[in-house]
Amino acid sequence: MEMYSSVPEFRVIIDRQACRLCKRCIENCSFGALEWRDNKVKAFDDRCVACQRCVSMCPEDAIALRRTPSAMSAHPIWTENARRDVFTQSRTGAILLASTGNELHERVIFDNLLLDACQVTNPAIDPLREPIELRTYIGRKPRFVELEELDDSLKLKTELSPALRLEIPIMIAQMSYGAISLEAHEALARAAVMRGTTMGSGEGGLHKKLYPYADHIIVQVASGRFGVHPAYLEAGAAVEIKIGQGAKPGIGGHLPGTKITEEISEARMIPVGADAISPAPHHDIYSIEDLAQLVNSLKEATRYKKPVLVKIAAVHNVAAISSGICRAGADAIVIDGFRAGTGATPKVIRDNVGIPIELALASVDQRLREEGIRNETSIIASGTIRNSGDVAKAIALGADAVKIGTAALIALGCTVCKRCYTGKCAWGIATQDPRLRSRLDPVEGAQHVSNLLLAWSIELKEILGAAGINSIESLRGNRDRLRGYGLDHTMLEILGVQPAGS
Amino acid sequence: MCSILGIVNENGKLFSAKYIIEGITLMNERCNGLGGGFAAYGLYPEYKDYYALHILLKDVELKDQVAEMLKDYVNIYKDEEIETRNVERIPQDYTPWRFFVDVPERYTNDADNYIIDLAMKINNTGGALVISSGKNMGVFKAIGYPDEVAKLYKLENYKAYMWLAHGRYPTNTRGWWGGAHPFSILDNSIVHNGEITSYGTNKRFLESYGYKCSYFTDSEVLAYLWDLLVRRHKLPIEVASEVLAPPFWEQIERMPPEKRRIVEALRMTYGPAMVNGPFSIVIANGSGLTGVAGNGTMVGLSDRIKLRPLICARKDETTFMASEESAIKAVCRNPDNVWAPRAGEPTVAMVNGDV
Repeated sequence: MEMYSSVPEFRVIIDRQACRLCKRCIENCSFGALEWRDNKVKAFDDRCVACQRCVSMCPEDAIALRRTPSAMSAHPIWTENARRDVFTQSRTGAILLASTGNELHERVIFDNLLLDACQVTNPAIDPLREPIELRTYIGRKPRFVELEELDDSLKLKTELSPALRLEIPIMIAQMSYGAISLEAHEALARAAVMRGTTMGSGEGGLHKKLYPYADHIIVQVASGRFGVHPAYLEAGAAVEIKIGQGAKPGIGGHLPGTKITEEISEARMIPVGADAISPAPHHDIYSIEDLAQLVNSLKEATRYKKPVLVKIAAVHNVAAISSGICRAGADAIVIDGFRAGTGATPKVIRDNVGIPIELALASVDQRLREEGIRNETSIIASGTIRNSGDVAKAIALGADAVKIGTAALIALGCTVCKRCYTGKCAWGIATQDPRLRSRLDPVEGAQHVSNLLLAWSIELKEILGAAGINSIESLRGNRDRLRGYGLDHTMLEILGVQPAGS
Repeated sequence: MCSILGIVNENGKLFSAKYIIEGITLMNERCNGLGGGFAAYGLYPEYKDYYALHILLKDVELKDQVAEMLKDYVNIYKDEEIETRNVERIPQDYTPWRFFVDVPERYTNDADNYIIDLAMKINNTGGALVISSGKNMGVFKAIGYPDEVAKLYKLENYKAYMWLAHGRYPTNTRGWWGGAHPFSILDNSIVHNGEITSYGTNKRFLESYGYKCSYFTDSEVLAYLWDLLVRRHKLPIEVASEVLAPPFWEQIERMPPEKRRIVEALRMTYGPAMVNGPFSIVIANGSGLTGVAGNGTMVGLSDRIKLRPLICARKDETTFMASEESAIKAVCRNPDNVWAPRAGEPTVAMVNGDV
């Protein structure tokens, strides 16, 4: 055995006196880190991912996980992780795979933004006594409203574009059936219905079980075009074209054939056992005018009744690209920041490509305003929205709404062990193994996600009330109500935010 | 806290400044001497076809420079210093000047926007501020209590058919001449009591329609929003009021279908124009608006949960709108009718007579 595999990251500590040898932990460990040997539970620490399944399932609380105290000689540049990665690649000759979001850049700009509140000159509003409104419409808005007077009453002359009505400005992100289990998919869809918002189908089509919730599902059209057919487009609340995602800008996707079960094959419309490969680009979109064509054909296909969204990763030139997307007819642009999560991505891409959502969002909003086209499209921000504070800050920077992925999965029970790509998720979320899937109850899961959205909505109302605002649209783009704390001049300028104290 | 007062004669008869000064002065407790101002309509009947630009000059020597700049864009028919007298407590920070101008013929079909662009250009140069730019009207404002400002400008010499007045207690920016109310653009003037919590949203929304905010105070956006909604987008007053102080979604859901469609469309389109936070405002318009006959309107409006006071009264052909009933009673002992408008519902007085 070589050095790096003999110094595992975690150590499983079993209290032998408390252990009653029920083997429940062994049954629950989907990573094979626990086995029955010599009439006792034996831990294989090098296989442990610290998913906490055994810890929470042990009836005697006899298991604890510890991060292995490293005895390796310290080096500030050659960190243990850096050494491990080099070692692993020297033995495999392969790309390092990773899940979840960027781990290299710990700084979250949201944490350096401070919200405002009323004192004296202006009454704060108590959300328990006064209505505070969160309803949000996603879609193209006219530049003005035209009315005409007919028989002494006013009639609306302006025709409005189709819009998505959200009761809260928080949507559930695009995660495919295939990347996550049917149970997880169903739980998210049910939660979206419960809270009057939407979830995303992801690029894996829609299982027939999800169709009853489809008026709260944004159906995705990605480069692999998996599962796209007229009834699918017709069923969704809106259609979203995925150009890229924050965790892997410019990179395609690969769902290995071993995961293409009967049911997934049906939803994705590909043979059982065939690899599902999403190319890096859409092979019918090599430039912006091709995107306009796809936007228009999807609108045509849905009889101009549904908004069409376009999702891109936040890359360096995101403002100019967004302007192009807006002019290509997209009713909303989803911008996914460089900390966004995923089931599987090359680690080097995840950690090194793209820019933070805060900066991308601020510059896109500003650019569209400067061009006088901000009303023509909605902006949806995603990629590390961790709490209602992040939601409020994103909206104040200019977002119409935000999307949450990782947070919704954590609500379902995800412990962020970062092994989604193995398909062995012990919590039944990122897996297709029927035995593991059965661990997730979609109804209970939906309740948890719904609770989370409810809690954040209540907090949002508190934030708005404190700021003396009784409707979310008065926070949107209201950068005056933000201050930067510990941000440098250039960053403040891009964010359009004053430093705290000024 | 601030004080606001509007008085309008609906038959367009001119009356002296005495009433507005007396009424606003009664509410001096609501202000702190850091700003006072008046708007008057019907001031310049002999020049009523010309845009009357009231400009504050940081330095009297700037006058020639401003005149030069104006000549590049408009024809100056007449210009003169606005007469003032020394008032002890008012620092001589600015010299007020008035120009009567008209727009060269090739721009006359878009003259209003042309004048707005010009006013914003001058405001951006620094040193000169266009405080009003309408026809047959003007704004007078400075640091000081309203009665001091009236004294400064010798307002007792003026007559108008519609008056607005404001006493300021600044809460978000320093007290300076330009920050005093009314805020005015073309024929619109506005006095505001409150603090706009949606200022950043409103300001950025207005910027995308070409407005530039240069007075460092939230109230300014109200004048531009009103201009955008009623003049440029031609919304009737009631509808424009619904944009500034929209009904709650819950109320909208109970509306009849067509009305509901309209209000939903308004909230979706003009969400960023919604004015949040406490406000009561009185807006004066010197010209006919969409759906309103006549030669002017005065509109009183409060925020949708009425966090600032607004009281209206009527006596014969005169309508009053004020922060406090006492201000009305000070100049009109026995009004025919006194009422408190409901939250978010506009009170509209129309000027029907010739002016």
